Amino acid sequence: MPDAVVVEGLVKSFGGTRALDGVSLSVPEGTVLGVLGPNGAGKTTTVRVLTTLLRPDEGRAEVLGIDVLREPDRLRRVIGLAGQYAAVDEKLTGRENLVLVGRLYHLPKAEVRARADALLERFDLTDAAGRVVRTYSGGMRRRLDLAASLLNRPRVLFLDEPTTGLDPRSRLGLWEVIEDLVRDGTTLLLTTQYLEEADRLADRIAVVDRGRVIAEGTSDSLKDSAGGSVVVVRPVDPSALDRTAAVLAELGSGQPVRAGDELTLPATGGLSLVIRSAQALEQAGIEISELGLRRPTLDDVFLQLTGHAAEDPPAEDPPGGNAAPVPAGRRP
Amino acid sequence: MTTLDAPTEGGLRWAVRDSLVLAGRNLRHTTRQPELLFFATVQPIIFVLLFRFVFGGAIATPGLSYVNFLMAGIFVQTTAFASTNTGVGLADDLSKGIVDRFRALPMARYAVLAGRTLGDLARIVFVVLVMTAVGFAVGLRPSSALGLLGAIGLTSLFGFAFSWISAWIGLRAGSVETANLAGFVWLFPLTFASSAFVPLDSMPGWLQGFARATPVTPTVDAVRGLLNDGLPVQRPLLTSLAWIVGLTAVFSVLAVRTYRRIT
Repeated sequence: MPDAVVVEGLVKSFGGTRALDGVSLSVPEGTVLGVLGPNGAGKTTTVRVLTTLLRPDEGRAEVLGIDVLREPDRLRRVIGLAGQYAAVDEKLTGRENLVLVGRLYHLPKAEVRARADALLERFDLTDAAGRVVRTYSGGMRRRLDLAASLLNRPRVLFLDEPTTGLDPRSRLGLWEVIEDLVRDGTTLLLTTQYLEEADRLADRIAVVDRGRVIAEGTSDSLKDSAGGSVVVVRPVDPSALDRTAAVLAELGSGQPVRAGDELTLPATGGLSLVIRSAQALEQAGIEISELGLRRPTLDDVFLQLTGHAAEDPPAEDPPGGNAAPVPAGRRP
Repeated sequence: MTTLDAPTEGGLRWAVRDSLVLAGRNLRHTTRQPELLFFATVQPIIFVLLFRFVFGGAIATPGLSYVNFLMAGIFVQTTAFASTNTGVGLADDLSKGIVDRFRALPMARYAVLAGRTLGDLARIVFVVLVMTAVGFAVGLRPSSALGLLGAIGLTSLFGFAFSWISAWIGLRAGSVETANLAGFVWLFPLTFASSAFVPLDSMPGWLQGFARATPVTPTVDAVRGLLNDGLPVQRPLLTSLAWIVGLTAVFSVLAVRTYRRIT
């Protein structure tokens, strides 16, 4: 399969901070790449470069063989973008929003109307089509935003954190819509900070942190790389976490990683590591409320790769700061 | 999946069409918020009533009834104030992320600006027409229909030029609130320190100098001349048109440059 998206060595600095520090990735045609990373990892910046909204300082990007920097107008006709914040006009109705975008794609009027109606139907917005968007729920806005990004029937779609801020039900609804699109053959690059979302939607996952791709592979291969399994330890008293970590580190199975009130340890030794952990913790007199062995989740993978949880703010300020390179006055 | 089924962009024709599509969007906003248009016309109506009935008696305008003197000033001040809507609208668009949507489309990039100022021009014409009706109600009697049309046209062009100043301010403001304030405050001294409401020779000499140096005074004088036969028209009209062309040229370039820098 030829690659629909090819990115090589993207670098972008804002002020003194490097939001992108050599990002390289590729998306084969008809597949879904999930770009997973915490806030400030450079996800949004990467999408903005690929959708012609931002010029990188260095590097090269091609979408469907079109050079992003050299032929932005040609590219804009064949891609779709739904950003982190529903980029719809609150004062227009749902249908008016789609018609506006369609006309700015320079499609014939009748064609615009037909496509708008079909998209409203498909995204379950027909009943609300005549209502002003200000009255829409968050989930409806995102669906409308996604519909707007499909008016030109893009072959490659970029979705920047499509479900951030949505309630679980709306998120599930949007996932189904996205899965439909992919089934129709659309190539998708999706950024997310939700591991579950990447796990469910993406064929391959690129883990980004601090402006770099630090791991790439299928969900399974990433989990395998975290060790076949992990040992999970939760002390009764959270203040004993540091002491617990010190005890576990002594076992020689790598550094334990902390997430909330629990610690995880790559379990190369399998069950024997659980037994050794139990013994060591008992000797140290640390009371444990949970101790077990499990297949790593993407969370564990992320923790091991970055040292911090995907959905938490990074432990220290990342080089990218908040990745959205927004002019003054725009929401970050 | 179809791919390149959209006509090629670029070229003046598409730029004009995109601008008109966005101007239509802008006007739709106006119809969705009739209260905004209502208050945009109530404020100048209050000014008309105040000046006509409260201050007017104390202001001497030899050879001309005060209402016939006043309405030229009201026209120009009202359009200057109405033009602030452009900057506020642009700041609002920038704060919402919709500009990103536009920029990701194969449309003419600066249609976002032209669409705003063109849509606002239509609003400005509407407001001037309302003020004309109000003027008639309180005793305005223009000398000729042609003069009245000329006055409406010149005032609207003046508002269009000020829309570009407003666009530039709004793009630099960083927030809707700042755009609103920054777009407005300087218009008070600018429009009051002019021949809009009182004859220039009633002001101290230094203020007369300032008033003559702004685009407001020649535009007010030209509008007043168009409404009232017997007053000089040609010179203030040419000065006003020169200002309108100059301001539009300078501030459209500045606005485009600022837009390119921040997006």
